[in-house]
Formats: sequence, C-alpha cells, structure tokens
Amino acid sequence: MQQDPYISITELTRYIKRKFDMDGKLQDIWLRGELSNVKHHSRGHMYFTVKDQNSRINSVMFAGNNRFLKFRPEEGMKVLIRGEVSVYEPHGQYQLYVKEMQPDGIGNLFLAFEELKKKLEKEGLFAPERKKKIPATPKRIGVITSPTGAAVRDVLTTIKRRFPIAKVTVMPVLVQGPNAASSISRAIDFANEQGNWDILIVGRGGGSIEELWAFNEEIVARSIFHSIIPIISAVGHETDFTIADFVADIRAATPTAAAEIAVPHIEELQERVTQRQLRLTRAITEHVKRLRNLLDNHQKSYAFRYPLQLVKQKEQDLDRTMERLQKTRSRTFDRKAEQIDQLISRLERNHPERRFNLSKDKHQVLVRMLKKEMRNILDHNSSDFQNKIGKLNALSPLSIMERGYSLAYDQGTENLIKSVKQVQPGDQVTVRLKDGKLDCQVWGLEESEK
Amino acid sequence: MEEKKDQSFEEAMVKLEEIVGKLEEGDVPLEESIRLFQEGMKLSKLCHDKLQDVEKQMDELLKENGETEPFTIQEED
Repeated sequence: MQQDPYISITELTRYIKRKFDMDGKLQDIWLRGELSNVKHHSRGHMYFTVKDQNSRINSVMFAGNNRFLKFRPEEGMKVLIRGEVSVYEPHGQYQLYVKEMQPDGIGNLFLAFEELKKKLEKEGLFAPERKKKIPATPKRIGVITSPTGAAVRDVLTTIKRRFPIAKVTVMPVLVQGPNAASSISRAIDFANEQGNWDILIVGRGGGSIEELWAFNEEIVARSIFHSIIPIISAVGHETDFTIADFVADIRAATPTAAAEIAVPHIEELQERVTQRQLRLTRAITEHVKRLRNLLDNHQKSYAFRYPLQLVKQKEQDLDRTMERLQKTRSRTFDRKAEQIDQLISRLERNHPERRFNLSKDKHQVLVRMLKKEMRNILDHNSSDFQNKIGKLNALSPLSIMERGYSLAYDQGTENLIKSVKQVQPGDQVTVRLKDGKLDCQVWGLEESEK
Repeated sequence: MEEKKDQSFEEAMVKLEEIVGKLEEGDVPLEESIRLFQEGMKLSKLCHDKLQDVEKQMDELLKENGETEPFTIQEED
C-alpha cells in the first residue's frame, strides 16, 4: 500500500515551528522598529505589530515580561526590542515574542541615568546615614509638583483625610519639559531658604521616561541632597525609579503613598493619646494602691503591734553590752594589778635594808676598833704624860722656889729680871715667892764682881 | 515644670510617654507621682487639643512673589 502523501496542517505547522525553534539566531534577536496596533489586553499581555518602512511582524509581550517596562508602549512609538521568533500554531503565524523593550532614541537617556547614578552614589548622595528623619507629625507640608493633575490631588486629598490639621503649601513647578529640572531645584532651594516647612513632598504622576526625566537631572538630585528639610520623593508609578528617589530621604511609590508616609492618621494619634491617658490613670491608681498596701503592711508589722518587744530586745542588748564592758574592764584591771605586783617584788628585791644592816655591822666593828685604838693611844700617852709631869715637876721653878728662891719681874709685866742692868733705882718690881708676891722698890743696886 | 504653650505635639507625646513610663515603673515617691500624674493629664489634654480643636487648615498655593493664596484643586481639562 502506498503511503498517503498528504500530511495535516498541524503536522506541517509543527514541522515549521521546529525549524524556527532549532535556529539559534531566532532564539535571541535584537530589533529596532515602530509600534502599531498596540493592544493592552485586560489579562496583562500586550499585543502589537512592529514594523519598518517595508515589513511588519506580529508581536506579543506577556505580562510576565511587560511588568518590568519603564514606559507605556504607545502607538507609533519607536522601540528597541529583544526577543525570539516562533510560530503561533493555531494561526500558522510566525511572531515575535518580546522579552525586553526600550523606547528607541532614548537609549542615551538610560546610559546617562546609569552614569549619573554611579557618579552620585560614589559621591555618597544615596548614603543611608545621610538620610534625614521624617517628622512624625508635620504641621506644615510643602508639596513641590504641578498644581494641576492627579499627583497634587492625590497628595492633598490623602493628607486631608488622614491629618487635616496639617497646613499644606503647594509650590507649583514644571514637572516635565526642558525647564522642569531647574524649576524643581529652585523650589526645593526656596523652601529651604524660607524654612517654613517640616517636610517636602517632591514628585509628579506617572509618565514616560522622557516625561519623568527632570527627576533624573543632577541639579534636582543636588538640591534634594542639600535640603535641610526632609524630602519624600514620589515620582510616577511603583516601577519608576528616578535619581531623585535615590537621593530623597524616603522614596514613595506614588504621590498617594508619599502623603501616607508624610502624615500619620489623626485617629491613630488620638487613639495613642487616649491609650497613654488610660495608662497614666491606671499607673497612678496602682501606685496609690501599692503604697496603701505597703502602709497597711507597715501598720500590721511586728514593730507596731508589739512595740514593747522592741524595747525589751534593746534592754537585752544593753545588758549584754554592759557585761562585755565589765569583762573588758576587769580584764584590764587584772592586768594592771599583775604589773604592779611585779614591780613591787622587783622593788623589794632591791630593798636597801640588807645593805644597811651590812653597813651597820661594819660600822660597829669599826667603832669598836676605833675605841680600842683610842684607849691604847690614851693609855700610852697617859703614862708618858705622868712621866713627863714628873720630869716637869722636877724642873719646875716652883719646886725651886720651895727651896727659897724667888723671881723678880718688872712690875706689871712678865719680864723676868735676870740682871742688875735691867733695872734703875726707883723702879718698882714684883718679887714672886713660893706662896705669893711682894711689891718692892729698888733702892740701890750693886753689881757683883767677876 | 511649667506648661509650655509652644510645646509641639511630639514633645508633649514624648514627655507624656516618659511620665507614663515613670509611673508604671512605680518607684516614684507619692508626692512626685501625684505631680507627675497631674502633669501627664495636662499633657494628654494638650495632645488631644492639638489633634481636635485646631481648625482644619486651608491648603495654600505659593506664588512666585513668595505670597500665598488659597489653593483648590483644578482638574485638568
């Protein structure tokens, strides 16, 4: 049986698809073109045609890829695309599956963005430690944005709803176009010169990268960095990140979110105040209760109920102390007495009586010896004396006078007259005899011959 | 401690929190705790007042000459 030469459409399509899918070039393709027939499907996928002067290709960008887009693809937009080409079997159509897409012509903008970001990051403009603290309850809020449009409305209504007591000042600026950056920068600088605001919200609603570009300018970044007033940035949608967002003290995903960050909910604050008031009342009540309990306890305490016990105990203490005192005192006394005893016995050992007795004995011996010696001397002298007396008697003139001799003296003197030459006739002389004297006058003298 | 008229809501809240904390710790002498309680009540009233009695603020628009005018949102056309 001959083989059937006909194949099904499905088989053919699958064959073609396999050809596409096996071609490496088609798996990673880079394209430049213009968008048309752009359809944003409600489920998130995007369908469009990419074309140039001569050709077109049907394209799809699935939600999983297009949610990273930093712009909203629009009709007629020039784009750069990266993706793959394959076949959509139900339609037998080859088509482009877009994975990445950037607006063409602003490729330079991305480059500039990355360069400026690197530069400022290196300079420390994004440093977390440089971020200022957002005040918890700002009274005055400056909103630097376009005075028209969704952004300012979202911010104002959100602040009104949450914290109506805050005063909001809108500082109108251009948020897109060539003068936008300098306008925004001036407003930030001006707000800081005036110093009337507790916090600034700087931003705008969503838009294309070109529309948001002012917030990627260095001049805006530097004004935000130098601002003394804390700044919340709110540029575009959640996926939009600008340089301003990196420099700002807080980045809000949307203007509404910025307002929610800027102000607390007044009811929450009221609730917090009420809570504290409750805690205050509870604390003082419990404090007083505790003090009362303490007082009760004190009143019920042993000391209050049995005050005498305390006195008794003190008395006992006193007794014990006195005992100790006495013990100490008698111990001291004993020690002193002992010392005195020792001194007395030492004194007695050294008493002079013995030496005195010794000396007395010696003295008596000496006296006896002296007496004996004296008697000896006396006896000796006495006999000598007698002897001498005898001799003296023998020689005494008196004994001679016994024998009839007399002695003549000058009258009134003791001068013995031994020669006739000693007297003149008429001189009075005394003549001593053995039994008295005679007063005589010399009548004449006669010298004897020799 | 004298009551400061220009005390901000935050300052009053911080002070109030301190007082509540002290009282809750509980080792404050009685007279001191009564004084703290009174001050705390004053502060909480001040905080309530700041949140309630203030008139709702009007939004304003800053003009180029630095003056302000009332601001109302205009829808884009």
